[in-house]
This record gives sequence, structure tokens and C-alpha cells, in this order.
Amino acid sequence: MWALLAAGALGLVAGVLAGLFGVGGGILFVPTLTLVLGLTQLHAEASSLLAILPTAAAGAWRQRRYGNVRWRAALVLGLAAIAGVEAGVQIAVALPEHALRRLFGALMLGVAANLAWRTLRRPTYPSRRGP
Amino acid sequence: MRLVVIGLVAGLFSALFGVGGGILVVPLLILVARYDERPAMATSLAAIGLIALVGAVSYGLHGELKPGAAAVVGLPAAAGAVGGTWLQQRLATRTLSLAFAALLAGIAVWLLI
Repeated sequence: MWALLAAGALGLVAGVLAGLFGVGGGILFVPTLTLVLGLTQLHAEASSLLAILPTAAAGAWRQRRYGNVRWRAALVLGLAAIAGVEAGVQIAVALPEHALRRLFGALMLGVAANLAWRTLRRPTYPSRRGP
Repeated sequence: MRLVVIGLVAGLFSALFGVGGGILVVPLLILVARYDERPAMATSLAAIGLIALVGAVSYGLHGELKPGAAAVVGLPAAAGAVGGTWLQQRLATRTLSLAFAALLAGIAVWLLI
């Protein structure tokens, strides 16, 4: 019972982050499913994708009303990502996991620094729109 | 073309870590495709919905899904996402961007240690 409540509360937090930053919430769903609900890593990764569905759908539905969604771009991104998923599975079996973690960790640190730098450098008036 | 590359990278990340890939789609849309923060985050959500749908169906065909567990976290998360998008419209773009950079840095450190 407490595990279910804790998992639900973590799900709520993941959802707020998902809506706030436009991510799916999987980064919190996977550890919640393994550590709180006791799923195996494989079951957690699969079920995380299922949990992302209502989260992304609710967020995108609200964002559509705010007029922020570029549907054509979302379709291109989504279809390209599906091809990337196939490639990712091939790489995952070929490379050791700790190498992948370090590679993505370094990539994300660079992206975070770049984003922070760009934001701090930018004047406070509104900037250009996306395509 | 840039969108295709961003999608491919996000798909790789998604497959390797069992997440939707939004954590990479959002900053790449902002930095590479020159989107503003809110359209980048909204478009990312729509793309993630599609990626997760395909991923969930493919895992489902292999019988790896736990729908009950997914509902326990996913349904509160859907309510949370409505609150999160509401909050997003009320925060300054600058605040949003810096908070997101902090989240990314936190995840990067977690991946590196």
C-alpha cells in the first residue's frame, strides 16, 4: 500500500517535470518502477514507455491549447527517433553499458553548459521564433 | 534535416536508457533548430508520445509490459503534466531555460558517477 502511494506520488512529480520541461518523465519512471514497485530493469523500461503515453498525451493536449506545438516537426522527430531506436538496440548489445553512460553523461553536460551560457548571454527581451 | 538528426539521436538515447528521449530533444531543438523554449518543449512532448507508443507496442508484443505498474505512475503523471504545462506558461523563459539546464546537469552527473 505504501509502495503504491509512494510510486503514485513520484509519478505525480515526474508528470509535473514532464509538463514543465517537455520531457516524457521516463528518467524518473524507470527508477520508481524498479526501486519502489520491484520490477526488473527490462519490465521497468517497457512499462515506463507505457506510462509516458498518458503523460505526453495530457501535456501535448494542454500545449496545443497554448498554441506551442509544431505538429509537422513532432512527426518528423518521432519518425526519425523510431529509426534511432533500432540503431540504439544494435549499439546497446555491442558496447559496454558504462561506456554508454559516460558518453551520454558527457554529451548532456556539454548541452547543459551550452544552454545555460546561451540563456545568460541573451538579453531579456523576447528572441526569434522557431521555424 | 536537422530535425531528422535530432530525432535519430533522441531515439538512440531512448533505446539505450528506456526513456522517451525528451531530455535530448528539448535542448537540441533550442540549440540546433533555434526553437524558443516553449515551442521546443511542447513539440518534444508530441514527438515523445509517438516514440513511446511505438516502443510500448513493440515491448507489448514481447509480453514485457506491466500495465498495472505503468498506470500507478502514469495516471498521476498525466495529472502532473497538466499542472506542469500550466506552470510553464507562467514562468519567464529565462527561468525555465536555466532550471532545465540545471536538471540536465544533474542527470549528466548521475550518468557519469
